[in-house]
Amino acid sequence: MIKFIFKAILRDKNRSLLPITVVATGVLLTIALSGYLSGMLGDIIDQNARFQTGHAKVMTRAYADNVDQMPNDLALLGIDEVHEELNNDFPDYTWVNRINFGGIIDAPGENDQSKGQGPASGMAVELFSDSSGEVDRLNLEESLVAGKIPEKSGEVLIGYEFADKLKVKVGDELTFMGSTMYGSMTFSKFIISGTVRFGIAAMDKGTIIIDFADAQQMLDMADGTGEILGFYKDEVFMQDQVEEMSKEFNTKYASSSDEFAPVMKTLGEQNAMGGYLDLVDSVSSMFVIIFVLVMSIVLWNTGLIGGLRRYQEFGIRLALGESKGHIYRAMIYEALLIGTIGSVIGTALGIGVTLLMQRYGIDISGMMKDATMMMPSVLKSKFTPQLLYIGFIPGVLAMVIGTMLSGIGIYKRETATLFKELEV
Amino acid sequence: MKYLFVLLFALLSITQTNAQDATAILNKVDDNINSNTSITKSDMIIYGRRNQRTVTSVGYAEGKNKSFSEYLAPARERGTKMLKLEDNLWIYSPSTDRTIQLSGHMLKQSLMGSDLSYEDMMENRKLTEMYDAKVIGEETIDERKTWVLQLNAKVDDASYDSRKVWIDTERYVPLREELFAKSGQLLKRTELKDVKRIDGKWYPTKMNYKDMLKDGKGTDFVVLEIEFDVEIPAYIFSKAALKR
Repeated sequence: MIKFIFKAILRDKNRSLLPITVVATGVLLTIALSGYLSGMLGDIIDQNARFQTGHAKVMTRAYADNVDQMPNDLALLGIDEVHEELNNDFPDYTWVNRINFGGIIDAPGENDQSKGQGPASGMAVELFSDSSGEVDRLNLEESLVAGKIPEKSGEVLIGYEFADKLKVKVGDELTFMGSTMYGSMTFSKFIISGTVRFGIAAMDKGTIIIDFADAQQMLDMADGTGEILGFYKDEVFMQDQVEEMSKEFNTKYASSSDEFAPVMKTLGEQNAMGGYLDLVDSVSSMFVIIFVLVMSIVLWNTGLIGGLRRYQEFGIRLALGESKGHIYRAMIYEALLIGTIGSVIGTALGIGVTLLMQRYGIDISGMMKDATMMMPSVLKSKFTPQLLYIGFIPGVLAMVIGTMLSGIGIYKRETATLFKELEV
Repeated sequence: MKYLFVLLFALLSITQTNAQDATAILNKVDDNINSNTSITKSDMIIYGRRNQRTVTSVGYAEGKNKSFSEYLAPARERGTKMLKLEDNLWIYSPSTDRTIQLSGHMLKQSLMGSDLSYEDMMENRKLTEMYDAKVIGEETIDERKTWVLQLNAKVDDASYDSRKVWIDTERYVPLREELFAKSGQLLKRTELKDVKRIDGKWYPTKMNYKDMLKDGKGTDFVVLEIEFDVEIPAYIFSKAALKR
């Protein structure tokens, strides 16, 4: 039966070409758009996790309430004990110290004049610790535009656009001016070891990265840190597991009324990322629902056109004694086969487009000149195994549902009037 | 119609008198508080959520356009100097041996973690030059009778769109000031207390600056010693003095 229908599909191109094209196009669009949106949202979440939120973040309660202001006066102190506790209780995570700070960067020129000056957003990370994995996590080696990663205390990485603005290059000196944890004025000299393209417009224009120990000394934060970020092994974000861990950690301190007691926030609880996570989850199902609905209507219409074209054929088959149910089932088998062929073609093309977009992406840096939101400047698709069936199943389903709807007409044909109809 | 003209004329006269009064009051405040030169030793007490810090400094001022400050304590701040000449501000840091000039929006940064910004420190124009003033009422603060003056900016580059100032009616000293944004939001409040008679002038020796957008008790500024109209060597107000 299937072999027979398959031959019919191949020989009668009028019967198959349009539905296959429609199904393949729909599947292609579903996969390509789903892959692109997942990639884009995934990139935003990943970037935020690596640069700002971690998979989980530990800070003081007071700091967490004002986290946007980088309130280092509310920093977490006694961090050795906190690290010991975190490493004992949650050994599957890597816990790293980070300090975010703000201040003014001044590039000295000749005769004690400034040749450039600007507000800087600083990030202190454990650059010299191999176990922290921060250099890899922040993709610093690959992001270098010039120079190298800091190798010793007193060296700084700077966003390449910021360096251009300050008219400085690798090897030049910079002076940082800001406030310590206790509000005192602090000045520090740094040598630029490298310029970096973070791929995030807001960071390229005003961020510096220094070693954590340098920041502790500069900001008078001995045994203190702004934040401790936790990353699951292999950097994979496991939302349910992180939520459970956060609940367990916070329960321990629930009875404390100290505003400087540590608190753990998950990625979803920071930077309004919860909304993004929900969006990522719903994007695929949203596409599938829209796809099945729209395609069913389109294919219903296509089926009706096909039904009209094959009106005589069905009439003859009924006249020859073939049952209506048999014809209807044969049509559905045919639809199943056409849907499968269309979905295979669509899936192959969709995956191809996704892989291509995963490699090259769409450069939106031109649109992000004044953006301050943490977003990658090249938006790329992301291939996930889900894409292999996200378009395929709805593709077949839509074709079958479309045919089922249009095929109902067969049951309205009356044998008594068949010959009269066929005379036409 | 005749009555309407009379009423309008009367209203205009009242408004004009009011404005003149307010300007005259502000001029008297300027006469009382300002001097040709002054040398002030002061403590700035900054209240944080974890601790409080006291920064001691000595400041030299000549008119409203020249000032020089040297920080004496605590150890981390010691030797830091600031020089203000007209609209320019330089800061010298002994730890880096660098002099940095601050300009533009960087002047909006907090001064040593206090509720004051560099911009607040830089203000050198007379209030009457920047604001239209009118007396809007009378109130009593700490048993002192005050006029309440409403000041609305008449220049585009005023740091605050409007101000409300409470002036002691006898001593011509401001006892409270509130600074507002264009939206009408209260941004900063200053309370001036412990008014003393020094060298023939009434002068508040304790001030509390409160950034209303921040939590906390604000920043206290306590005058420890002050001398008016003393001779200050000209080199003090030069960049060279920063590194001396």
